[in-house]
Amino acid sequence: MGDADVIPIGTRGRPGRGSGRKRPSSAARDLVPQARRAKPAAPSDPDESTRPDAGPVAGPVTGPAAGPDGPTPTPAGPTGGTSTTSAVERGPGAGIPVGDWLSAFQRAAVEVFGDAWEPRLAQFLAFLRRRLTGEYVVDEYGFDAELTERFFVAALRPIAEKWFRVEVRGLENIPTEGGALVVSNHSGTVPLDGLMTMVAIHDHTGRSLRPLGADLVFKLPVVSGLARKAGATLACGDDAERMLSGGELVGVWPEGFKGIGKPYADRYKLQRFGRGGFVGAALRTGVPIVPLSVVGAEEIYPLVGNIPSLARLLGVPYIPITPFFPLLGPLGMVPLPSKWLLEFGEPIRTDEYDEHAAEDPMLVFNVTDQVRETIQQTLYQLLMRRNSVFG
Amino acid sequence: MIGTGRVVLVTGVSRDLGRRFARALAGDPDVSRVIGVDVVPPHGDMGAVSFIRADITSPVIAKVIAKEDVDTVVHMSVIATPNNAGGRTSMKELNVIGTMQLLAACQKAPGLRQLVVKSTTTVYGASSRDPAMFTETMDPKRLPRSGYAKDAFEVEAYVRGFARRRPDVDVTVIRAANVVGPAVHSPITEYFRMPVIPRVLGFDPRMQLLHERDLHGVLRHAVHARVPGTYNVAGDGVIVLSQALRRLGRASVPMPGPVLGSLGGPLRRAGLADLSPELLAFLTYGRGVDTTRMRSELGFTPTHSTAEALADLGTSVPPGLLAPGRATSPDTVLAGLSRSLSRTPSGTPSRTPVGETHG
Repeated sequence: MGDADVIPIGTRGRPGRGSGRKRPSSAARDLVPQARRAKPAAPSDPDESTRPDAGPVAGPVTGPAAGPDGPTPTPAGPTGGTSTTSAVERGPGAGIPVGDWLSAFQRAAVEVFGDAWEPRLAQFLAFLRRRLTGEYVVDEYGFDAELTERFFVAALRPIAEKWFRVEVRGLENIPTEGGALVVSNHSGTVPLDGLMTMVAIHDHTGRSLRPLGADLVFKLPVVSGLARKAGATLACGDDAERMLSGGELVGVWPEGFKGIGKPYADRYKLQRFGRGGFVGAALRTGVPIVPLSVVGAEEIYPLVGNIPSLARLLGVPYIPITPFFPLLGPLGMVPLPSKWLLEFGEPIRTDEYDEHAAEDPMLVFNVTDQVRETIQQTLYQLLMRRNSVFG
Repeated sequence: MIGTGRVVLVTGVSRDLGRRFARALAGDPDVSRVIGVDVVPPHGDMGAVSFIRADITSPVIAKVIAKEDVDTVVHMSVIATPNNAGGRTSMKELNVIGTMQLLAACQKAPGLRQLVVKSTTTVYGASSRDPAMFTETMDPKRLPRSGYAKDAFEVEAYVRGFARRRPDVDVTVIRAANVVGPAVHSPITEYFRMPVIPRVLGFDPRMQLLHERDLHGVLRHAVHARVPGTYNVAGDGVIVLSQALRRLGRASVPMPGPVLGSLGGPLRRAGLADLSPELLAFLTYGRGVDTTRMRSELGFTPTHSTAEALADLGTSVPPGLLAPGRATSPDTVLAGLSRSLSRTPSGTPSRTPVGETHG
């Protein structure tokens, strides 16, 4: 039985009774299986639609939607498609039948969610319902892991991959578990480097980077809400130590606004590393410090000017002037598509120091300098390796 | 009547929280007598509690403590709502002067062994420079300048002074997170009960809640355990305001902070809600407190998490427009969609013939 051919009965699924007429009878048309909806539009020329080679056009389209789970025997599928094309003859004013809408919807669903679109769509609906009814959890910092993973990272991923073509090196230096402090240079007028680092770390290691933000971040409306949901918290010793001892991967940009708002002429020159508070936090919790050097972020918004008086008026650190902003208005806010390189350096261990190490200012300064030098040297190496800004 | 057990004096019993706590405490076996004190008699059932009408802002309270041989004082009379007290001035009078008189009386009472003060996490304030979680040793980033927060801060300062002067008395300060419950009327529960809830545009504060029963639980635990110190008490977990509103199904209107601030007066006069400056700051920046010491040192575990406390509050709030199950809720549409999806596991063939039948 297994090797028996399936022999279609009668007209090989073609409507009509083999009478040779171009137009099958209406009774015969009703016998046709579902394949007709696969036709994108009713063809105006009936001759063309009866051609047998019109079949393959309709065939593959019906395949993924109806093929696997439809009750139709497999061989009948494509042949059915061949013949049904002739069955569509409708006046232009007949409108689009419900079936076409449904098939369009299904095709869109297949397009968006892939072949297993039904469970995926069900999952997506469940996600939406959880969001709408508030049945999700946030941690004590306000971090909404689900929203971050399924929305923020998903939205930023194309920018990281397609626009900046982020290339990551040294991923093995990120501990797979336990607390660690990622220390990075800061640049680019707008803290996109932090966001791209979050995406890169999430996509390559599956861990969530928990950024430490300036208090301005938590003072601004909208930004403040988003920052907490994405996992950020205030850059202060209490929060940093709490997160690190909680086993989180914490990201810090010690240059702060001095680094992000520096003129384009000073690109890739590290600014002062604050007061070394981040080293103190790492020493007290005994977690490794992972230096991160980001190349490419300096060029996205070349900062050529500043309006300090307006900045003071608005209470922000700087008002950027780039070659395109505010000259081109909103268009000037599109970042230049520079090529990005992220290199994670070898972790600097802090667990070998004794418990009073954080109280020793000289040691804190030395470790701070060590981290700063590592990042600066790596930046120079990456710049040598880079072909061009947009390469 | 007076046995070998303890004699507990509870202040602020005219309010529901104090009255119910006093009644529950009176049922405990090693407590022989509970004396409730307030300026006005309580409305509800007091059970075995003997009520003494006395003003704690006057020296009468000292006589009560001496005459009744009180060995434990539970101070619950620091109030958050000026409306109940008849204005801000008398609220401050009651909170601060009342505490001073009470502590002065306590200092003169040789038989006193323990003082339990119900304070609030509002003493930490709320600002953009706050750490994510306040521990008991941290100070507010900005000293409270007005209202309930300032009162509570000053009350705690006086209590610390008392603890220094009477080291033989165990002083326990309970900093409770926002207390909610179906029967609780406080600024935060009134806020959640508004028909349409205004919130601060662009901010989503974190909050911790404490169920009313857990507040009673922790105060009773403090009376029995006699562990001195200051403890943050809050339900497990943190929720953000938007999440809480979705869980309650309440519709909300985001509006800029200053606009909401100017709305506070009209809302208070309309009797809808009391959006005081400290509540507004809380609704903007939120607050989290660390409850590690509550578990490890005080040895108390709340029965309700923050989410459960909120859900219990929800039972007393009429379901909002967007509550799940209502026709106006977007969730209803989604629920219908996902039901129809699960009903036709191989949905493709069942739907497609619709388009076939006419042609």
